Amino acid sequence: MKRRWLTAPYIIWMLLFTIVPLCIVIYFAFTDSVTGAFTFANIVSILDYASIFLRSIWLSVAATLLCLIIGYPVAYTIAQCKPRTQRILQMLIMLPMCLSFLLRTLAWVALLEDTGILNSLITSIGLKPLPLIRNSGAVILGMVYNYLPYMILPLYSSISKINPKLMEAAADLGCSRRQSFTKVILPLSMPGIASGITMVFVPAVSTFYISQKLGSPGTIMVGDVIESQFKGAYNPNLGAAMSLILLILIFICIGLSNRVTKQHNNEEVTL
Amino acid sequence: MRKASKVITVLVFIFLYFPIVILAVASFSSGSDIAVFKDFTFSRYAELFKDSTLLNLARNSAIIAIVSTIIATALGTTAAVGINRMSKKMRGLVMGMTNIPITNPDIVTGVSLALMFAFTGTILKLNSVLGFWTLLIAHVTFNLPYVILNVMPRISQMDPNLTDAAMDLGCTPAKAFFKVTLHEIMPGVIAGALMSFTMSLDDFVISYFVTGFGFVTLPVEIYNYTKKPIHPKVYALFTLLFLVILILMIVMNILQSRSESRREKMHIRAKAAGGEV
Repeated sequence: MKRRWLTAPYIIWMLLFTIVPLCIVIYFAFTDSVTGAFTFANIVSILDYASIFLRSIWLSVAATLLCLIIGYPVAYTIAQCKPRTQRILQMLIMLPMCLSFLLRTLAWVALLEDTGILNSLITSIGLKPLPLIRNSGAVILGMVYNYLPYMILPLYSSISKINPKLMEAAADLGCSRRQSFTKVILPLSMPGIASGITMVFVPAVSTFYISQKLGSPGTIMVGDVIESQFKGAYNPNLGAAMSLILLILIFICIGLSNRVTKQHNNEEVTL
Repeated sequence: MRKASKVITVLVFIFLYFPIVILAVASFSSGSDIAVFKDFTFSRYAELFKDSTLLNLARNSAIIAIVSTIIATALGTTAAVGINRMSKKMRGLVMGMTNIPITNPDIVTGVSLALMFAFTGTILKLNSVLGFWTLLIAHVTFNLPYVILNVMPRISQMDPNLTDAAMDLGCTPAKAFFKVTLHEIMPGVIAGALMSFTMSLDDFVISYFVTGFGFVTLPVEIYNYTKKPIHPKVYALFTLLFLVILILMIVMNILQSRSESRREKMHIRAKAAGGEV
């Protein structure tokens, strides 16, 4: 019996609906929107949007790093709890992920707005209202809020797999708490860090809703421009070219981050 | 340092749930401004259940989520069984393909499918192919990898002799699959199906690009709503969904801890039995 053939429908499905569409994106990226002739014009015209690409990258890198800094202690604390508590806390981290991120982002708008909840609190104690919304900070906050669980969950799963005896061994061998953290826990949780970074960075750099709601025209991101090429000013060829460049940029960024985390891992192992 | 970590953890939980609380509170306010709480009322919930379009959209979302989960689970589970028997090289190739929809940003997946559907539409000389079927295809496509990734570890953990034993005892291959293999990998299948269902129910970005005028899901319509002042009954819907998911998760949690304690008991019993022999 050849069980391998069970996979055939799946392979056909994936070829048809992931590989072929990606090829069509490449086709559109290199053809003219009117004549359909081969052209580099779409790719070249992306240079006009270089600043938007750079901004998307810096906003999402900032959000990813913040998620890592905030998420690590949370994942570590959860991993130290009793198994029952761990399961409940893990569930509570997952729960917001299942709820409409559009509405949750909208709740942030209500919180941060000039006449919003936070500002009315601020003015009620006699201070001047703060410009909390429509700036880069608000966009980063929105990203951190939406994607933090995607950082905590992989971190938690890799930290909870670390054998607690290793910590004891490190302590026995004379490591201080800080040392046993930097020499044992941190290197062993590198796979979690790497996948957390990917899981936050990819959706953050390609988002198009958070920046529309919490940002200003000055914080437009790649996702917004791609969306408008398909839904507003209809130019699918330019949109396809941008998607292609976005994909390439993501692969470069993920490659770099994997390199850093893997290198660190190897170093520590050989030490 | 531990204390600081604990403080950060508490703050993060407040941070994650604060906006949800804001929306839930707004669903009981008689005012239309989310930032100002007026009088307490249940009327938003009454309005919600009278709103046939909103309920219709919720029904559309449920249909897409259920149908795409069933297709993806069936297709993904059989594929995972096959992938497990492949040569290392082929397996690497297939798993690489499986990872594409997961690592690709949603917007690129959405755009690529939308372009392909548009392309097919022009070839078939149809005005618009976007609608139920395109939405279903897209959802099955992004659900499939999650089913595979949940089922694969279960299959590789399974003893391959089990199916052989079943067939020796007279099962046809199909019967052996349903009676033995499927039974062994069930937890993975269920986890994959649940993940697919929630992803599909909440998906906005991909659906937004492949949806047509004929068939719209709730998240896509909520996006259209948020462009104009939003009606508070949407907050009521959000609060209800929150409660449903919360209850589902609690039930799952209880079931999981029960099965774990049962497994532990069996383990202890097996040990005791072994000791007696």
